[in-house]
Amino acid sequence: MEQWISNLKDQFILCFIEKDRWKLLVDGIGNTLKITLVACLIGICIGVVIAIVRSTWDKNHETMRKGLGKSLLAIANGICKVYLTVIRGTPVVVQLMIIYYIIFASSRNGLMIAMLAFGINSGAYVAEIVRGGIMSIDAGQFEAGRSLGFNYVQTMRYVIIPQVFKNVLPTLANEFIVLLKETSVSGYVAIRDLTKAGDIIRGATYSPFMPLIGVAIVYLTLVMFFTWLVGKLERRLRDSDH
Amino acid sequence: MTTDVLIKVENLQKYFKGDEIKALDGVSTDIHKGEVVVVIGPSGSGKSTFLRCLNLLEVPTGGTITLEGVDITDPGCNINLHRQKMGMVFQHFNLFPHMTLLKNMTIAPMKLLGKSKEEAEKKARELLKRVGLADRADAYPNQLSGGQKQRVAIVRALCMEPDVMLFDEPTSALDPEMVGEVLDVMKELAHEGMTMVVVTHEMGFAREVGNRVLFMADGKLVEEGTPEEMFEHPKSERLQDFLAKVL
Repeated sequence: MEQWISNLKDQFILCFIEKDRWKLLVDGIGNTLKITLVACLIGICIGVVIAIVRSTWDKNHETMRKGLGKSLLAIANGICKVYLTVIRGTPVVVQLMIIYYIIFASSRNGLMIAMLAFGINSGAYVAEIVRGGIMSIDAGQFEAGRSLGFNYVQTMRYVIIPQVFKNVLPTLANEFIVLLKETSVSGYVAIRDLTKAGDIIRGATYSPFMPLIGVAIVYLTLVMFFTWLVGKLERRLRDSDH
Repeated sequence: MTTDVLIKVENLQKYFKGDEIKALDGVSTDIHKGEVVVVIGPSGSGKSTFLRCLNLLEVPTGGTITLEGVDITDPGCNINLHRQKMGMVFQHFNLFPHMTLLKNMTIAPMKLLGKSKEEAEKKARELLKRVGLADRADAYPNQLSGGQKQRVAIVRALCMEPDVMLFDEPTSALDPEMVGEVLDVMKELAHEGMTMVVVTHEMGFAREVGNRVLFMADGKLVEEGTPEEMFEHPKSERLQDFLAKVL
């Protein structure tokens, strides 16, 4: 037992203390968080826009007057559907590599490309979450907004979207946590994220246990921290329904 | 009561599912300034559809609605501007649950009429006081009873200073003991000269407050007249039948 503990201690020193290898991990955590946060923002922007287009089409295409507006909406809706099918039908690693090696072949700014790739990927999932949220809002809310004189966009902005955001927050938070873990494949395009950092240490020290378990613990801690944070936010948003 | 026509409805039609269901089948009437028009009729008679067509929440299949001289059924007309002049109160209140009462009442005047926050809040607080809810300005809708919610919904519409108020069965979703408090607010509004179109099952209200009663059945305007004519001397068989059931 004592020997096992001292062995563990040696490994810890070898993997994290020697040659300041802990700095690799810290940089890795930084990159993982940067990619996740920016991708999440991109994903929410893409997702909300697509969700509005899709739900507007679903709710109104039967009653809309024929004309330019309806044609444009039909085209936008078609594009959104193709995007959702392609993104949700292919693995994120493949999308990441296509964007890195083909679309941005001339750029080597891996971090930005990863943010974009994960953002585009996440957007598809966020879109469906938000669309479900919009469809679940009572039609009376929409009518109340319109009856006061708000136009479609204003009604969405002031009345519908704030309620949707509150309703979908737990699901959205789950998507964020999934995204945080998904970024662990960034190493495929030469980005030193948290996973890659652990892998580099493993390669340099020939000792897999400490770096991999260490990386797992860091992920777990991050996820637990964000879960706690979202719980707090949810409680504050719930203040309005007693 | 003056004779100025505020809303002129001509041959209004609303069909659903192609022309299978004729919810409104050629309704014409004039709504005058300061008048309280009460619409009664059996369920499915098209009275709610009629009301919802007036501010184009339902887009009519045919016919015209002219508000203060402007044909609002014309596709080129900016309906949002005209809706500002028509306050609407719904059966299920439809207050915005994520906003305080004050915010519910001030958001539209601020965003649409360009009122300052102080101005809008002052007006909102005055109106809340009038309906006995001055101390609840910072409460959220879910903290209120049904009757309180509906009173707030009425004053929320009033904050836009509309020319006409549309009521879509405002007391139908309320517990019986709360119906009175909402009707009282509506009565007071009527006495102040507000033009009102009220779809309701409250025959007492129709008789007491209404200047004119419209009776609808099967999408048609079957009979109209003063409350006295309608309730004491109904002419059509449909109305006699209906009154026998509800009174």
